[in-house]
Amino acid sequence: MNWQPIVLTIRIAFTVCAILLVIGMPIAYWLAFTQRRWKFMAEALTAMPLVLPPTVLGFYILVAIGPHSPVGRLYQECFGRGLPFSFQGLVLASVIYSFPFMIQPIASAFATIDRNLISASLILGASRLKTFFRVILPLSIGGVVTGIVLSFAHTMGEFGVALMVGGNIPGATQTIAIAIYDDVQALDYKSANETALLLLAFSFITLSITYAVNRRLWAAWPLAR
Amino acid sequence: MRRYATGILALILIVGWSVPGRALAADTLTIAAAADLTFAFKEVVPEFEKETGDTVKLSFGSSGNFYAQVQNGAPYDLFFSADIGYPKKLEAAGLTEPGTMYEYAVGKIVLWVLNQSPLDLSKGLPILTDSSVHKIAIADPAHAPYGRAAVEALKTDKLYDAVKSKLVQGENIAQTAQFVQSGSADIGILALSLALAPKLQKEGRYGAIPDTLYPPIEQAAVVLKASKDKAAAEAFIAFLKKPETIALMKRYGFVIPSKG
Repeated sequence: MNWQPIVLTIRIAFTVCAILLVIGMPIAYWLAFTQRRWKFMAEALTAMPLVLPPTVLGFYILVAIGPHSPVGRLYQECFGRGLPFSFQGLVLASVIYSFPFMIQPIASAFATIDRNLISASLILGASRLKTFFRVILPLSIGGVVTGIVLSFAHTMGEFGVALMVGGNIPGATQTIAIAIYDDVQALDYKSANETALLLLAFSFITLSITYAVNRRLWAAWPLAR
Repeated sequence: MRRYATGILALILIVGWSVPGRALAADTLTIAAAADLTFAFKEVVPEFEKETGDTVKLSFGSSGNFYAQVQNGAPYDLFFSADIGYPKKLEAAGLTEPGTMYEYAVGKIVLWVLNQSPLDLSKGLPILTDSSVHKIAIADPAHAPYGRAAVEALKTDKLYDAVKSKLVQGENIAQTAQFVQSGSADIGILALSLALAPKLQKEGRYGAIPDTLYPPIEQAAVVLKASKDKAAAEAFIAFLKKPETIALMKRYGFVIPSKG
């Protein structure tokens, strides 16, 4: 059983999840609470990676970070190597690819909080930041967990984007889905089946956790009483 | 309880992060190889690794695809192209190490069917017009040299228009082989090197297609400028030139062109 693609994909998924959590929270907060008239356009923009074919997304990301682009050239100067076909380039592409899977659950969780509670907290003198951590976040933890789990699982199954931006280099950019594709092409069905089964089991467990948490069958963060 | 949960989560994050991701070591060679080398290289590369102690990472795909990737800065050390046109274009663009081009073989296309197929391959290409043939697998001529050769041969034999609607295209020649081997296509135009691979030899049989029907598939390897270990890359090419390796490649149908 070839563990390298599995280990690599897990690393990518963890990194992407962590990055998305950090940048996703403020964006989801803005989407949930802003009063701007053009909010609908921002919402559409965050949902774009959902409708664009992964290969199209991957191709344009490749062009945007390639050696002929400003971003690519800057990265080359700072780090001495190219952004496409590297682990870092793949992480960047995956962040864009899984963006809506983190933003949307969190934003809708934020939006469904009773505004009176937020108002009460602000009126009682808590700062916005304190209100966020003490009132908003605990009440929307289900949405946050869903976002984390879904973007993790989505990144685990990444193929089209990884193929375009990654270059299928074993150990650096060969994700599970690409490894399975390679095995099938090399007529090694046994290996393909094993890896696919592992991915299937993993995804099922991940999704079961998401739904169990949301049904309050099992709380992710049981509060100390 | 909350602290406990936080601790578990932190532990998972730390473990997940530190799960070793292999950074490419200095004596690692990354080779972009045309898909027709899939089986041949799986024999050649372990021999090379044993002899030199280097590690080799193989990526198989269509030559045209790799050409595009190299132009976009893909970090391969060596490029084995099933069409010499691509390395020549890269050389003209200054993306290769001058003087390292090596024509390692001339490729051939053959008809291939599974053993249980009743088709008579001795008839050559005209068998494709048979009414029992519903799907013919070829590689995508847009970026796979074997696909281009297949289309050329069909056009020369004036069969292309007759069979056009039956063609299914694999992304590269290995996927094309997989289409036929899995039974999805009734017959395919494959690389001789794949037809000679032990797995495909066991499961099917091949029929010759006359060389005169298509331009020669000249194949060449080249060391890329992006290579981080040019010495190791050149050592691999030197390894290919050894008599034992040439004999091994010959078994897979890779014949050194008579001029090189």
